[in-house]
Amino acid sequence: MSIWDRWEMVIGLEIHVRLATNSKLFSGMKASYGASPNSQVSFLDAGLPGTLPVINQKALEYAIRFGLAVDAEIPPVTVFARKNYFYPDLPKGYQISQMDDPIVGKGHIVIKTDEGEKTVEITRAHLEEDAGKSIHDKYDRYSAIDLNRAGTPLIEVVSEPQMSNAKEAVAYMREIYTRVTHLGICDGNLQEGSFRCDANVSVRPKGQKELGTRAEIKNLNSFRFIEKAINHEAKRQIKLLEAGEKIIQETRLYDADKDQTRSMRSKENANDYRYFPDPDQLPIAITDAMIEAQREHLPEFPEQKIQRYINVLKVKADDAAIIANDIQMAAFFEAADAQSKADADLNAKFLLGEFSALLNAKGESITTSKIDVVSYAGLLDVVAAGGISRKVAKTVLEDMWDSGEAAAAIIKAKGLGQISDSSALNELINQVIADNPSQVADYRAGNEKMFNYFIGQIMKKTKGQANPVQTKQLLEELLNE
Amino acid sequence: MINLSIRALSELLQQKQISIQELCGVYHDRCQSFNVNTNALISICAELSAAELLQAQQQLDAGELLAGVPLVHKDLFCTQGIKTTCGSNMLADFKPPYDATAVTQLAAAGMVNLGKANMDEFAMGSSNEHSAFGVVKNPWDSQRVPGGSSGGSAAAVAARMVPVATGTDTGGSIRQPAAFCGITGIKPSYGRVSRHGMVAFASSLDQAGVLAVSADDCGLVLSQMCGHDPLDSTSLKTSTWQWDKPKDSNMQGLRVGVPHAWIDALQDEGIKNKTTEAIEYFKQQGASIIDIELPHADLAVSAYYVLAPAECSSNLSRFDGVRFGHQTNAAENLEALYRKSRSEGFGEEVKKRIMIGAWALSAGYYDAYYLKAQKVRRLISEDFNKAFESVDVIASPVSPELPFKLGEKADGVSMYEADKFTIPASLAGLPCLSMPIGFTAGLPVGLQLIGRYFDEQNILALADKYQLDHDHHMQIPEAFL
Amino acid sequence: MSINRKELEEIATLAQLDIPEQQLGEITASLNQVMAMIEHINEADTAAVKPMGTPHEAQQLIRPDAVTDCSHKKDLLALSAHADEDHYLVPKVIE
Repeated sequence: MSIWDRWEMVIGLEIHVRLATNSKLFSGMKASYGASPNSQVSFLDAGLPGTLPVINQKALEYAIRFGLAVDAEIPPVTVFARKNYFYPDLPKGYQISQMDDPIVGKGHIVIKTDEGEKTVEITRAHLEEDAGKSIHDKYDRYSAIDLNRAGTPLIEVVSEPQMSNAKEAVAYMREIYTRVTHLGICDGNLQEGSFRCDANVSVRPKGQKELGTRAEIKNLNSFRFIEKAINHEAKRQIKLLEAGEKIIQETRLYDADKDQTRSMRSKENANDYRYFPDPDQLPIAITDAMIEAQREHLPEFPEQKIQRYINVLKVKADDAAIIANDIQMAAFFEAADAQSKADADLNAKFLLGEFSALLNAKGESITTSKIDVVSYAGLLDVVAAGGISRKVAKTVLEDMWDSGEAAAAIIKAKGLGQISDSSALNELINQVIADNPSQVADYRAGNEKMFNYFIGQIMKKTKGQANPVQTKQLLEELLNE
Repeated sequence: MINLSIRALSELLQQKQISIQELCGVYHDRCQSFNVNTNALISICAELSAAELLQAQQQLDAGELLAGVPLVHKDLFCTQGIKTTCGSNMLADFKPPYDATAVTQLAAAGMVNLGKANMDEFAMGSSNEHSAFGVVKNPWDSQRVPGGSSGGSAAAVAARMVPVATGTDTGGSIRQPAAFCGITGIKPSYGRVSRHGMVAFASSLDQAGVLAVSADDCGLVLSQMCGHDPLDSTSLKTSTWQWDKPKDSNMQGLRVGVPHAWIDALQDEGIKNKTTEAIEYFKQQGASIIDIELPHADLAVSAYYVLAPAECSSNLSRFDGVRFGHQTNAAENLEALYRKSRSEGFGEEVKKRIMIGAWALSAGYYDAYYLKAQKVRRLISEDFNKAFESVDVIASPVSPELPFKLGEKADGVSMYEADKFTIPASLAGLPCLSMPIGFTAGLPVGLQLIGRYFDEQNILALADKYQLDHDHHMQIPEAFL
Repeated sequence: MSINRKELEEIATLAQLDIPEQQLGEITASLNQVMAMIEHINEADTAAVKPMGTPHEAQQLIRPDAVTDCSHKKDLLALSAHADEDHYLVPKVIE
């Protein structure tokens, strides 16, 4: 009997989404990732006395946009609050966050797992500034503080504790990830911490109504780790409970290398945050006009894209799903479709086939591709018009990657264009017929399989450049003379 | 010359009867010689800044009235490269890398900074005894306090070490020292002057203002300080304002409200008499005197000592010894670094208020104290709104007492309660000033004038009219002639 | 409302302040005086009153998302009592 026959998990997630703004939430300092330590710190970001916060419009807009994407209530007034605690990477001794009047109220999303669909409610989402970074491995005796990240804008998306296993938690996290990346409000870079998650995990005996004591696992930034961390933590709790011990409400850190969670000592005292409205800022009125302006920015989400690809663009269902679920690939696909006269179906096949194979071989992604969408569309057009075969197109693609030249130029320079000149083809086919009298006799005697033998011979002579449709037509005519 | 108005000084400069260098030199000398007696300044610029003098000359040539007029800033206005201590050991060596907006604006008009004025530590106090850089002595009686927290600014003007000084007022910190030192001081409406670069005490109350000899001087300097600042969310877009000096002392049609209950309750007969005389003069000049009630004003001190400490406890969290300010030598771990740096850096009064504030915001007390105090604040504000339905200006005592002796008030609460006349208008964010109305027992007495929100003009005009017929503000203590 | 020594120590911990043992009594008494004064706010009937956070009813200022500032690394680190060429340094934190 599995432990899951006796116990069930209750999981709530707090997801931190870094908003892709140019400047920080409250200062005009650049908010990008990866700059040299402390080189993107304004006086405000360092908490210098006398500095005052002024809210970034785009951050507000992005938060509203998120709210609309999860069918949430957007309140008429939103208020920033201070969360007070001391930590070296928190320069002001408080974090500007939101408490009573968050910018996004109750919402929900639908998640899909093997067990089917489930609605997960979102309690709220609020805007807040990120903290800096503490580096513990640079010195033996010191922690080094880098404040570049301090003040970058986040939304914290808080779910109801409605997920009952790690797979649901991952599905929820993925769905939120899809929304924020498609909304264009987050770059989605997990390694850089643009999308990270705290999981509140508790267990209770099956059938029990009351929630068990929860532990919070901090800073999970991979879909794989979150699943492992939750499962590990639930098992740890069950083990304790079955041994008659109690769960302590605490913050824990997941160590992916050891696949275990451990208590975070540094967070023990921080239990009374003394939230109060930030007196440096006034309440912000969210007008209908602001909300409607953001509604216009709502993108097509993957589900809608798939339907459109299949029904309007006539792409095969499997291909449509793969492309639509990858935001970058979908963007490339749609841009190429707009650029090129080729059928979207050819575009989809070529993108998932030859082009993806090339990217894989080169170890690059669609965003780092050396072949831009215009060049790609140019190649598609040549293939669609019968200028070259897909087989030749594959080698042209490689040339394009290496040389940076356009498809047409490569085809011309290398003489790769298909032989579509009927007199040239005529001559070739006559030659093949003359060279193979016995096979011709065989065919004319009724062995129709021999037809492919002649096609093979012609392709061999032309290194595959003979236009296949024309070749077939002419060969039929000449053999049946 | 040291008793000339800004307009008169400007005329001397314009007519080239004296150069900017000479004028500033006279005051610079006075700063140096009289600081020994008063301790009004924490730092005196070793020499005048060439850049400032050049700017002053250019502005003078352009006809700017304030050009070449020297001043000192209260030592909580950030001055780039010049020590800004806030009267605290915490910032004993702090040289800000930027200028406060108010500092920038006055420098832009060509005013010349001679130094930084002493103050109660972080503006917390009403006597200037809470300064890490020693007590300031009242120029009228060196045994007595100059008031606070802008005590250094007030004493410097009273001793004519400068013709004008900046100050800040959170609960009376400009008006009470102005009254104690026999000069004029104005706290404008909250939102009139940018708080950017002012080290914060209580963000929703702090407001920068001016201490000078006359109401006219205050009006001229305040006009230059105010205006919208994109770096301060609480500075209003409509905050630009220009002082308009009245032509005569006619008060026909002006309705002056007087909370007679406040005057009746005065224990000091001298203050009571002077206050009554001043109001009688308004009547003689044609003003109608209307008895008003401010029923909730009695609760102002109590509400203030919840709200101001709460905000200060959070505002002062940034002083943690890590990025700027005092750091302890004896930190074996992070907690010790925080606790020792802060305990060594802050004085007793500051620590006390931080603790009151932390308590008022802590779990369990927030609603009963912080929120309750904010509600009382609204009641007080509404009292004023009601009063201003039938009056144009409110006249009241500034302080129930005369400047007291150094060390006389050990009991903190009695010092707090002495701010009962100044705190109500602070909570309501109204413009208010203190002007000298005579002497009793050889000590100056002030009268407070409170205006409607954003109506600095009416209170300054009333004070200016009074000063046309009186010379109390022109008196200089004998030792500083 | 009043506090005892133990509560004072808790508040001091929240505020990251050290209070010398011999001052605990004195400071507790001093805070209790202030708290007694604060208690008067309960005399007001505020049942129907909205809290007032700021004196004016103005709109919050909103800033366009533009980078308007540049690096102050040298100036900032120079203000710190303990920094290397890149970072602020604090006694090691164990997470």
